[in-house]
Amino acid sequence: MPLVRILCSKPHLHRAVMGLVLSSLPVSLTNARSPEQVAFDEQIKPVLQECAACHGGVKQTSGLSVLSRERLLSETDSGVPAVVPGDPEASELFLRVSSDDPDLRMPPEAALEAHQVAALEDWIARGAPWPEHWAYTPLPETPIAAEQTPPGVLPIDALIERGRGDSAATPMPAADRRTLIRRLSIDLTGLLPTPPEVAAFLADEREDAYERLVDRLLASPHFGERWARHWLDEARYADSEGYEKDTPKADAYQYRDWVIEAINADMPFDQFTIKQIAGDLLPDRTAKDLLATKLHLQAQFNLEGGVDAEEDRTKRVIDRVNTISMVWLATTIGCCQCHDHPYDPLSQRDFYGMYAFFNNADLAADFLIEPPENAEELRAERAKQWAETAELIRRQVDDKNLSQAVQGQLSKLRPYDNSKGFTRFLRERQEDRRTTYVFRRGNFLEPLVEEGPVLPDTPETLPPLMPRGEAADRLDLARWLVDPNNPLTARVTVNKIWMHLFGEPLTMPGDFGSRGEEPVLRELLDEMARWFREEGAWSRKALIRQIVLSDAYQQQSKIRPVQAEIDPANALLYRQNRYRVEAELVRDFALQVAGLLSRKVGGPSVFPPLPAIIAEQTYAGSNKYKASEGEDRFRRGLYTFARRTAMDPNLLVFDCPEGAQSRAERYRSNNALQALATLQNEVFHEAAQAFAARLLKLSFGASLDDDARFREAFMIALSRPPSKAELLAMSELLAAARSYYEHHPDDAEKLVGTHRVVDVSVVENAAWVASARAILNLDEFLTRE
Amino acid sequence: MGNIEQTRRSFLTTAASGLGGAALSSLLLGDSALGQPLAGHPLAPKSPHFAPRAKSCIFFFMAGAPSQLDLFDYKPELSKLDGQKMPESMTEGVRFAFIQKDTATLMAPRRRFRQFGESGMWFSDLLPNVAQHADDLCMIRSMQTDQFNHHPGQLMMQCGQAQFGLPSTGSWLSYGLGTENQNMPSYVVLTSGRGSSGGATLWSSGYLSSVHAGVLLRNQGPPILNLANPPGLPRELQRQAIDTINDINASHYEHMHDPEIASRIENYELAFRMQAAAPELTDLRNESAATLARYGVDRAEPEKKNRVGPGDHYRSFATNCLLARRMVERGVRFVNIIFASWDHHSDLDEGLAYNTGMVDQPIAALIDDLKGRGLLDETLVVWGGEFGRTPLGENRPGDRGVTGRDHHPSAFSMFMAGGGVRGGTTYGETDEIGWNVVDKPVHVNDFQATLLHLFGIDHKRLTYRHQGADMRLTNITRESHVIEDLLA
Repeated sequence: MPLVRILCSKPHLHRAVMGLVLSSLPVSLTNARSPEQVAFDEQIKPVLQECAACHGGVKQTSGLSVLSRERLLSETDSGVPAVVPGDPEASELFLRVSSDDPDLRMPPEAALEAHQVAALEDWIARGAPWPEHWAYTPLPETPIAAEQTPPGVLPIDALIERGRGDSAATPMPAADRRTLIRRLSIDLTGLLPTPPEVAAFLADEREDAYERLVDRLLASPHFGERWARHWLDEARYADSEGYEKDTPKADAYQYRDWVIEAINADMPFDQFTIKQIAGDLLPDRTAKDLLATKLHLQAQFNLEGGVDAEEDRTKRVIDRVNTISMVWLATTIGCCQCHDHPYDPLSQRDFYGMYAFFNNADLAADFLIEPPENAEELRAERAKQWAETAELIRRQVDDKNLSQAVQGQLSKLRPYDNSKGFTRFLRERQEDRRTTYVFRRGNFLEPLVEEGPVLPDTPETLPPLMPRGEAADRLDLARWLVDPNNPLTARVTVNKIWMHLFGEPLTMPGDFGSRGEEPVLRELLDEMARWFREEGAWSRKALIRQIVLSDAYQQQSKIRPVQAEIDPANALLYRQNRYRVEAELVRDFALQVAGLLSRKVGGPSVFPPLPAIIAEQTYAGSNKYKASEGEDRFRRGLYTFARRTAMDPNLLVFDCPEGAQSRAERYRSNNALQALATLQNEVFHEAAQAFAARLLKLSFGASLDDDARFREAFMIALSRPPSKAELLAMSELLAAARSYYEHHPDDAEKLVGTHRVVDVSVVENAAWVASARAILNLDEFLTRE
Repeated sequence: MGNIEQTRRSFLTTAASGLGGAALSSLLLGDSALGQPLAGHPLAPKSPHFAPRAKSCIFFFMAGAPSQLDLFDYKPELSKLDGQKMPESMTEGVRFAFIQKDTATLMAPRRRFRQFGESGMWFSDLLPNVAQHADDLCMIRSMQTDQFNHHPGQLMMQCGQAQFGLPSTGSWLSYGLGTENQNMPSYVVLTSGRGSSGGATLWSSGYLSSVHAGVLLRNQGPPILNLANPPGLPRELQRQAIDTINDINASHYEHMHDPEIASRIENYELAFRMQAAAPELTDLRNESAATLARYGVDRAEPEKKNRVGPGDHYRSFATNCLLARRMVERGVRFVNIIFASWDHHSDLDEGLAYNTGMVDQPIAALIDDLKGRGLLDETLVVWGGEFGRTPLGENRPGDRGVTGRDHHPSAFSMFMAGGGVRGGTTYGETDEIGWNVVDKPVHVNDFQATLLHLFGIDHKRLTYRHQGADMRLTNITRESHVIEDLLA
């Protein structure tokens, strides 16, 4: 059966094809929650969050915190609890919010509305039930809606259908095959399908043609590149240390390559997690496991003179805690370095419990890739240097007069490691171990020794840690993250994988805390998370395969006004989303259609041409930028050397992050400077020149007319033939360009540059450069539909 | 939402029928309350929270940290104590970048100070021209920051906290207020001399859209990156290419109904207009000889240079000052002029002489010029670095003689002019040697709250939800205040 018919055999897609819209009720956002939960979320939580400004994590005026039921029910400074379950009249909270006395009434500025007071009264009378926060609830033990699909298959469409409830819109029908192969190629490999690939898919009449395509793309070595880049955003990857001199890190790419390799090999996400967090502590660790710990070395190193090395080290520890909380738990814990969390039940002590996991993790270096012949000699030389530095660092903790000397040593060590080929990684310190204390207001100079040491532990509000030995270590933390008792990691991860296939997450990827929104399609998220961990055995590829095989994924991305009114954010997925591709891909696409793109996977980062003014902005001209030559000019964007203080403007303008903080989600801005970049920048212009040359060299035994050449151009760039109107528009541009360059052959020479086609007049050549350039600037070219 | 859709659709229809771009841009501009997710074009002008005093800001960011003790904060007692040790009670618990505490001694400024204007504001002899504007200036002598290393300090001053990846002040203004000028970026950065410690992180849009990032402008050649057409491509063919692109995009919009396509059409029009507007901006041929002379655009570079690197910095800085006025005239919201060579750990006197010689005349001319054109009232001029410098002289091991000062975060000076600040005000006070603030401290975040206030923005209400927190320019964990006494 042809694919399109298979796709349309689902009843709801038939409805969509007929374009029936039953009514236009707005989307209900409450479908997955219990009435209790709804009442709490909509009536109680917002009021309590207001109170939290003074009675929360930062300020606990009168000894009251409203952040958890436990705290609400515990004694305040006045000796009585704020809430007595079942008894509003005995509950100070109710008495205060309902009081007429302006001196007693809370909140002091403006009384609550009557309905809010009533809701609180009712809630307390019902025993002040506090439903568990959705993201912390255990994952379902058995499959949801399993009856709807064959065994082992995720019932994605059934769960979306359930989530839509009786909402009235109809989903979009399946996209055509050209769109599907383009969408899949971009999503899975970050590359455009070539015209032969498109043709082969169109001609494939086998029932499983689509599945075969999916499997081919999942097996591509470029799959790892595509999905590594998503991960590198979260890992805050860069090729330089950050801050001032922003010294290059010659070994940084080895972590990037480790990620690509792990993803290509479909390393299960639990292993992927454990190796990065604690690869050095694995009993049978390999050199590659040590490479994985370079995740932690993405934290910035300030090599400025005058920096306090100990302070800088504590900053890196804090950064590691923040990053891990963000990436695996989608929880902002950073504010707890100074005080309890303002609105989540996380304490300052929780933060330092996490801190303690990393407080004895030290910088180490060795030859992890190919040891040179004199490896032993160099190791000894470095060990000597390091011993001196380490001793200085140890003394500097108490003698700040040594700061300058320490910084001097550290800033010499980095270029040394670069030049000798050492790889830096993280290793647990065995002797002279540091003790962790809470820092008063986050100040590393004020450890609260009197409160006693803080042992490594995970936040109290999350499932308990089960350490292997007496004292917990980083490996315990890593295993806890992927433990079946921890529902967060799987939820957080599938939400982001989903986001990379739909352009939008099911819920905000950076906030699974109390302010985060419970996803409208909660059952879908939960079932995917469960499936990912159980049937999927943490396989990224298996989950992606399930998602892209769903009807929801294969829908058209066209926006219908009626649907846009009912569900403007497309939360119920009545269509696919269409969106501009990421910064790296904008350039990769241009190079690809031009025939310039290198397909080499991995290796040291490269230096495509960069405007001089960018390198000049680095500290005291410390960036001596020399553009790469040959193939390395045309590597994929993820291989561009990422210097934090002088990022490639072609990447920045399309919202590539600078690797400063973990980033789950990128912006997709749309601005005029982007137009200037793709119209004028030398990288893009060279692509236009080469694309024109490629088109002019096409012949099928006979010379091509303009229309045929444009047809090829559209097939290459947009995976589809042009419409008549488009052909007409392109022909007009071509004619205008021909006419101009006939009279200005000098300009023609300049425009064509080095990509001159020998058998063609320079005028003709230039006219095609001008036309090819327009195609590379079409919205559709930059967009994944 | 419906309205914006409607607007976009009607815009597109008109775009397809060939109406000029300028008229269209106004159609795209939706109204959006401050702090709310932006529904319309992200650079559409938006109303502030209350009536603004300033419309534009020219921020002279003197990275490296100029010595307030040799420029503004007159300390006769420090001169008397030259060469003496500081009481231990004062340095206890204080951190230095380079000074060796045990042997450090106080260092007198070698400048002559006197009072200027009716207000009697103090200046050293290094800034004779700026001093003439004493009664227009608002001098804060009690600035304080949390950071004492350059890059973190610079981030703190520009972004409110010492972290990478945060939006800078100009980005927040662009996010909160949009732009008045549809042909130019809303936030422009001009630099002279060497790169600063912070580099491009100082004009990052952080977690805000890159639409709000500072755009680096060159004062020679094509001012904006990628502004010039590729070699051999005339403007008429550029027009034709953009028409072709936009025609095809418009027909695609008819099919897909995605408002992003409409925005892209508008952005290609804007890019085309920017290509004309930006070179006009940097073309100084229409400026009179008198104006050029007043700014010192043609001044020669002094022979004696100090830690500033090669180049014609005097000309470059003066040109940037003049460009700043031209940008403000054209509705650019935030102009950041960066000069990065104030880190005088040594050769303080020579270094300051070079730097102040560079900045004094053009800045005075700019204030004068803005005033003459009636622009000073709505243009906030800010001058300052990331922290100050110590009353103690440097005494690094191996350095001969005391010729410089170390980083000093606990007391430094900044000044403002125009844009609704109270001229002739000297605010705050340091102790007799300029070590600590003894009266009216102004934390960097307070300064930022005040700056936003001048633009009609409540710093607590201009927020953006990022990783679960409602982030703002002023650190959310700190209680920051608008300094009312600085307001006219």
